[in-house]
Amino acid sequence: MSIAPDWIHALQGGVAIGAASSLLLLVNGRVAGVTGIFAGALTPRAPGFDWRALFLVGLLAGGALAKVLFGAAGSAAGTGVAQALAAGLLVGVGTRLANGCTSGHGVCGIARLSPRSLVATVTFIATGALTVLAMRRLA
Amino acid sequence: MSRAWGALVGALAAGTLFGLGLARSGMTDTAKVRGFLDFTGAWDPSLLFVMGGAVLVHGVASRLIARRAAPLFDGRFHLPTRRDLNASLVGGSALFGVGWALGGFCPGPGLTSLASGAPAAIAFVVAMALGIRIVDGARA
Repeated sequence: MSIAPDWIHALQGGVAIGAASSLLLLVNGRVAGVTGIFAGALTPRAPGFDWRALFLVGLLAGGALAKVLFGAAGSAAGTGVAQALAAGLLVGVGTRLANGCTSGHGVCGIARLSPRSLVATVTFIATGALTVLAMRRLA
Repeated sequence: MSRAWGALVGALAAGTLFGLGLARSGMTDTAKVRGFLDFTGAWDPSLLFVMGGAVLVHGVASRLIARRAAPLFDGRFHLPTRRDLNASLVGGSALFGVGWALGGFCPGPGLTSLASGAPAAIAFVVAMALGIRIVDGARA
């Protein structure tokens, strides 16, 4: 029996994400929640702008590095620009209202066993699943 | 290394490893994300291992780190303390899930995908910034 490469890559990526979140906690004492970090970096004169901006530069650098190492940083297959604009707006409003996304709630919050993060994660996976179902029915 | 420099270098290193992990994991592949959310169709469960691996590593490591009096380059830990469940948390997460499925991007992978230069990734990040500013503006 062989394990599909997808699963191994997913696990490798997950371990790297967990290690990166732990590194940020160890050096800065901060939670690696991408929404909060991105929101904080939208105001250049706000306190804590510098470390947030550098974390975001790192997110892009990691993508560029993946392109060199693995041949691709990702694929936007099936997502048109208009669709991406609508999606971005929903994600921006939603994650800001919920004070977190897949990283802050889904990884860091669940690792802390935060009840808020458990509720958030169950909710966004449920509405995500319903949306995919609706998209498939309408397609 | 001074505390200020340490914090900046640490943030850059953590972000880079985070982005590399996202790109490796499949989270920056929009079709794969929709496949993961397609429970009643051709479900692709592999992304479960992303959250599983990350939660396992961070769950153990964060407990060890929290035994320290303070982080390496900051005076104290900045951890969320709220425990209240409210409409903003649930409603916001519900909207986020719809957007996540529609675009196939959540915030981290959207930003990491900028490295691919895909127009959809750029559009996603610009609209996400606007969405965040709308909420912050309404709250101010």
